[in-house]
Amino acid sequence: CLAAAAGGGGAMRETLDKVVGAHKVVLFMKGTKDFPQCGFSHTVVQILRSLDVPFETLDVLANEALRQGLKEYSSWPTFPQLYIDGEFFGGCDITVEAYKSGELQETLEKAMCS
Amino acid sequence: MGVTKEDVESAIAAALSPSHLVVTDTSGGCGASYEIEVVSEKFEGKRLLERHRLVNTALAPHMAEIHAVSIKKALTPAQAQPQPEPAADKPQA
Repeated sequence: CLAAAAGGGGAMRETLDKVVGAHKVVLFMKGTKDFPQCGFSHTVVQILRSLDVPFETLDVLANEALRQGLKEYSSWPTFPQLYIDGEFFGGCDITVEAYKSGELQETLEKAMCS
Repeated sequence: MGVTKEDVESAIAAALSPSHLVVTDTSGGCGASYEIEVVSEKFEGKRLLERHRLVNTALAPHMAEIHAVSIKKALTPAQAQPQPEPAADKPQA
């Protein structure tokens, strides 16, 4: 899911560095963990739950500046966006694919131990 | 008017010269929504994230009008080949 818009701030990057650095696993999504507002976001929440890792979620629908800022930060046009260990991992399709191949579990394990 | 399936196909074809490309219109009434399978030599040596970025970049001019894109497959020609069975022709003792 995505919508068109432009803009973003300079201080946004710094803030986002802090946010994705503060937690091992951060998911920027539409809606919340308990009430996803989009099927793609729901899918990633389900995957993370099934892997039993602690993760933070932030609702981009509640913050338009965050939503636009993230698109530039990750150079990724859509949500959800999953960050592991401070690094952009991917959107829904990549997460699903990596889950199936075992690469996601591997990346998460590495992150949890680092 | 918006983006058509043909627009999506030609944008990807131009950017990635795919050997295989399937674009499926999956819009369920909420707007342009597509599923994409693409096989291209340009994916050689690239992680999945980078491959998806290439597709996203190709579609960037249309993204404003597209509701959702789902990249189901982004494979190299070698990966798209059915994997040969591991050789079971061990010499019999």
